[in-house]
Amino acid sequence: MARGQGAALDRKKLMADPIMMTTIVLLITFLTLFILYPLAILLVDSLYGSEGFSFATFSRIFQMSSFRRAITNTLKVGFVVGILSTLLGLLFAYVEVYVRMRRFVGGLFKVVSMLPVVSPPFVLSLSMIMLFGRSGLITRFLLGIYDNNIYGYWGIVIVQTLTFFPVCYMMMKGLLKNIDPSMEEASRDMGASRWKVFTTVTLPLLLPGLGNAFLVTFIESIADFANPMIIGGSYDTLATTIYLQITGAMDKEGAAAMAVVLLCITLGMFAVQKYYLEKKTAATLSGKASRVRMLIEDKSVTIPLTVLCSLTAIFVIMMYVCVPIGALFPTWGYKFTPLTFKWFEQVFTKYSGLQAFRDSFVLSIIAAPITALLSMIISYLVVKRKFRSKGFIEAVSILAMAVPGTVLGVGYIRGFANGIFHTGFLSGLYGTGLILIIVFVVRSLPTGTRSGISALRQIDKSIEESAYDMGADSLKVFTSVTLPLIKDSFLSGLVTAFVRSITAISAIILLVTPSYLLITVQINEFAEKGAFSIACAFATILIIITYGSVLLMNFIIKHFGTSRKTKEVKQQ
Amino acid sequence: MSGTKAKEPKGVRLDHISKIYKNPKTGQDFYAVHDVELDIKPGSFVTLLGPSGCGKTTTLRMIAGFESPDEGEIYLGGEPINALTPNKRDTAMVFQSYALFPHYNVFDNVAYGLKLRKVPKDEIKERVTNILKLVELTDMEQRMTNQLSGGQQQRVALARALVVEPGVLLFDEPLSNLDAKLRVQMRTEIRRIQQALGITAIYVTHDQSEAMAISDNIILMKGGVIAQMGSPTDIYYHPNSEFVADFIGECNFLPCTVRGREGQDLAADVYGNTVMVRSDKDYSGSGEIVLRPEAIEIADEGMLPCKVELSCFMGSYQNYHVRVGDTLVKIADNCPVGRKIFQVGDEAKISFRSECAHILKA
Repeated sequence: MARGQGAALDRKKLMADPIMMTTIVLLITFLTLFILYPLAILLVDSLYGSEGFSFATFSRIFQMSSFRRAITNTLKVGFVVGILSTLLGLLFAYVEVYVRMRRFVGGLFKVVSMLPVVSPPFVLSLSMIMLFGRSGLITRFLLGIYDNNIYGYWGIVIVQTLTFFPVCYMMMKGLLKNIDPSMEEASRDMGASRWKVFTTVTLPLLLPGLGNAFLVTFIESIADFANPMIIGGSYDTLATTIYLQITGAMDKEGAAAMAVVLLCITLGMFAVQKYYLEKKTAATLSGKASRVRMLIEDKSVTIPLTVLCSLTAIFVIMMYVCVPIGALFPTWGYKFTPLTFKWFEQVFTKYSGLQAFRDSFVLSIIAAPITALLSMIISYLVVKRKFRSKGFIEAVSILAMAVPGTVLGVGYIRGFANGIFHTGFLSGLYGTGLILIIVFVVRSLPTGTRSGISALRQIDKSIEESAYDMGADSLKVFTSVTLPLIKDSFLSGLVTAFVRSITAISAIILLVTPSYLLITVQINEFAEKGAFSIACAFATILIIITYGSVLLMNFIIKHFGTSRKTKEVKQQ
Repeated sequence: MSGTKAKEPKGVRLDHISKIYKNPKTGQDFYAVHDVELDIKPGSFVTLLGPSGCGKTTTLRMIAGFESPDEGEIYLGGEPINALTPNKRDTAMVFQSYALFPHYNVFDNVAYGLKLRKVPKDEIKERVTNILKLVELTDMEQRMTNQLSGGQQQRVALARALVVEPGVLLFDEPLSNLDAKLRVQMRTEIRRIQQALGITAIYVTHDQSEAMAISDNIILMKGGVIAQMGSPTDIYYHPNSEFVADFIGECNFLPCTVRGREGQDLAADVYGNTVMVRSDKDYSGSGEIVLRPEAIEIADEGMLPCKVELSCFMGSYQNYHVRVGDTLVKIADNCPVGRKIFQVGDEAKISFRSECAHILKA
C-alpha cells in the first residue's frame, strides 16, 4: 500500500493556496525563532563553552549549595502549594456544586474566582506583608506581635495557595458538574451515607482530575517569580536564584544552565499532566449530567461547609481590598488617618507613573490583538485543517505553556542580546519595545490557543467545509465564517492577552531596559524597597485598568456578541 | 425561468480510486476505499449506499476534494481534478448537518457562493429569489437560519448548493437528521428538483429505501469496495451476494440443490421438495434461493410445508415467522383481510412464483 499519491496531492493543494502557505511558513518561523530557539540556545550555552562541549557549567552550578537549596525549596513549596490549592479548590467546587447555599455566598465565590484574573499575580504578597508583616495591620496593631516574620517558606506557601487555588476551583467545578448524579443516587439508594458516597463514588471519579489540578498548580508555583521575590526573603526558589544569578552575579552561563534545570522540571510535570492525566480525566468523566442534582440541604453539612468557605473567601477578598486601602493611608503601620491621595499623586509627580502606565499600556495594547489573532489562526489550522507541520505548530504553542517566564527571559537574553547564535544577526531587536511585545505575545499565546481550540471544536467542521466547497479560499473562509462564529472567544482572548501582558513580570523583568518603564516592574521595585504605599498605589491603578477592560469586554459581548444574537432569535 | 436551469451537467469518472487510512488503534494502514471504478453519466442520479465504514462518504469527499485519493484519478466533465482544491472544483455539496452559516440570514446563506463568484448584485437577487421559489422558501429570505425548522434548513442548504449551478451536486446523508415523515417528503422533493434541473447528483446514504426511491443507479459498497451496482430493481431482485440481498430490504435464504433446467426456470430441491426458480444462468449443485418476505404466500396448500412460530398483525400486513426444515423464513402477507390467519403452532404451506425468486451460488 502506498500512500504517496494522496500525500503528494494534499501538498499540491496546499501549494495552490498561497495565503495558507504563507501563514504556515510565517507561523513556523515565529514559533521556532521565539519559542524553540531561545530554549535551544540555553541548552547550547550551558553545554558548549569556550573549551568546547562539556558538562562543566552544570557541575559548577550543582556544586553551589545555594542552587541545590533552591531546587529543594522550589520542589517543597510547589508540592505543598499544589496539595493545598487542590484541596481548597475541591472544597469550594464541592460546596458550589453540591450544597444549597445562599445568594451571598455564591457572590463571594464569583468574586474569589474573578480576582486572580484581574490582578497582577503578586499583589497578595504585598497585602500579606502589610497585614501580617513586622508592622502588619493584624499582627502588630490587633495582636501586638512585633517580631512576626512572614518572609520565607510559609509566606510563599500561603500567598501562592491563595493565588492559585481559584484555578483549581474552576477546574474542579467543571469536573463535578460532569458527574452524572444518578451514579451517586444509585450508591445512596443502596445504603451509602453521604460521606461513603463521596469516598467511594465521587472521589475515585475525580482522582485523575485532582492529579491534574495538582500538577497544574505545581507548575505554576515552580514558575512563579514575583511572589518568592517579594515575600521570599532569604528563602530562594529556582526562579529567583536564576534572576539573581543574572542580575547579581552576572553569571549568564550559570543562569542558562539553571534555567535548563528549571525547564526540565516543568516540562516533565507538564508531560505527565498533558499526556497522562488529562486523557484519564476525559476518560472517566466524559458523560454529561443527565439531570439536575439534588442539592444537599442537611444543615449539619451545609452550615460548617458554607461557613468555612465564606471565611476563606472573605479572607482572600480582604487581602485584595487591602491593596487600595493601603495606598490611602498616610503612613502604613504608623498613621492611618486622615486618608490621603498623596501616594497616588506621588506616583505621577515623583515616580514617572504616567510614563510607566503609558509604556505598559501601549506595549500590551499592541501585543493583545496580535496574540488573539495569532492564537485564533493557530487554533483554526490545528482544528480545521490538515497539513504536514500541523503537529509541530500545535506542540510548540502548547509547549510554551510549560516554559516558566524566567526561563524564557534568560533564553531571550542569551539568544538575542548578541544576535542569533551570538553572530550579531538580528541583535538590533534586543532592548527594543518590539522584543517586549514579542515576549508578551509568546507568554499569552498558549492560553489563547487553548481556549481558541476548544471554541473551534464546538463548531461543526462542515460549516467551514461548505464555504470552502462553495469556492472560498482559506483567507475568505477564515474571515467570512470562522472569525464571525468565534467572535466572543476572540474578544475574550483579546482581553485575556491584554490583562496577562499588562500584569506580566517574570520574563519581562529580565529584558526591560531603562528606556521602558513597566508598571509591574515598578511595583516589584517599590515592594522590594519597602515602599508599600507607593507599590499599592501603582497596583491599585493597574487593577482598575484590568478590571475596567474586563468589564468593557463583558459589556461588548453582552450587547454585540454572537451568542446574544442567536439567543434572542431563539426566544422569538 | 432563467438562472435556475443548470449549465451543462457534468459526468464524473472515478478511475481505480483508492484511499488508505491508518487505523488509530493498531497503527496499520488499511484501504478505506479500494480500487473503485465508476462512470457517472451527466444528468443522472447515483446513490452510494452501504453500512457505516463502507467508504461511501470518503468516496464523496474525494470527489469534493476534501480528501486526496492515494491511487487513481478523478475526472469531472472529462477533466482530471485530483490536484484541485475544493474551492476550485465545479461541485457543490449538501452536508448532513446542513452546515448553514449561523451568522447569515437565508438570503445571505444562499447568496454566499454567488458573491464569491463576483456575480452582479441584481443577478444575485434574481437567482436567489428564483432558487428559493424552487425549494418553496419564498418570503423566508430575511429569517436567521435558527428560526427555521429542520426541513426548511435542509431546503436552504439545497438552495445554496443549487444556486451556483455546479457541474455535479453532492449529497452527504442530507436527510438523516429529519424525522421519518419529512424524510420521505424531502427525498421526493430532491428528486423532483434534480430532474427539473437535469443536474448530475451523487448521493450518499445508508438508508436503502431512500436509495431505491431516489436513484437512477445504486452503488452498494462494503469494506471500501463496490459490492454491486445497478438500477434499484436490478439490485433488489438480482442481488449478487447474500450481503447485497440482506442489505437491500429483508430477505430469506433457503438452502437448495439445483437439479436442472426446465424452460426459463431451474428446478431445485429444498428439504426434499422441488421448487422452480427463474434464472438465465445455469447452475448445478448446492446454492441458496433468495426470497423476499412479500413474495411468499402462506396457505393450507403450497410447495413447502412449514410450521408457524410467530404471527403478528402489523396493520398493512400480517407478519409470520415460519420454520421450513431448519430455516427460519419471514413472510409479509399483504392485506390479509378475508384470508386465513395462521396462529403460532399451526402447520401450513408456503409457495412463491418462480420469477420472484433468485438463485445464489453458495
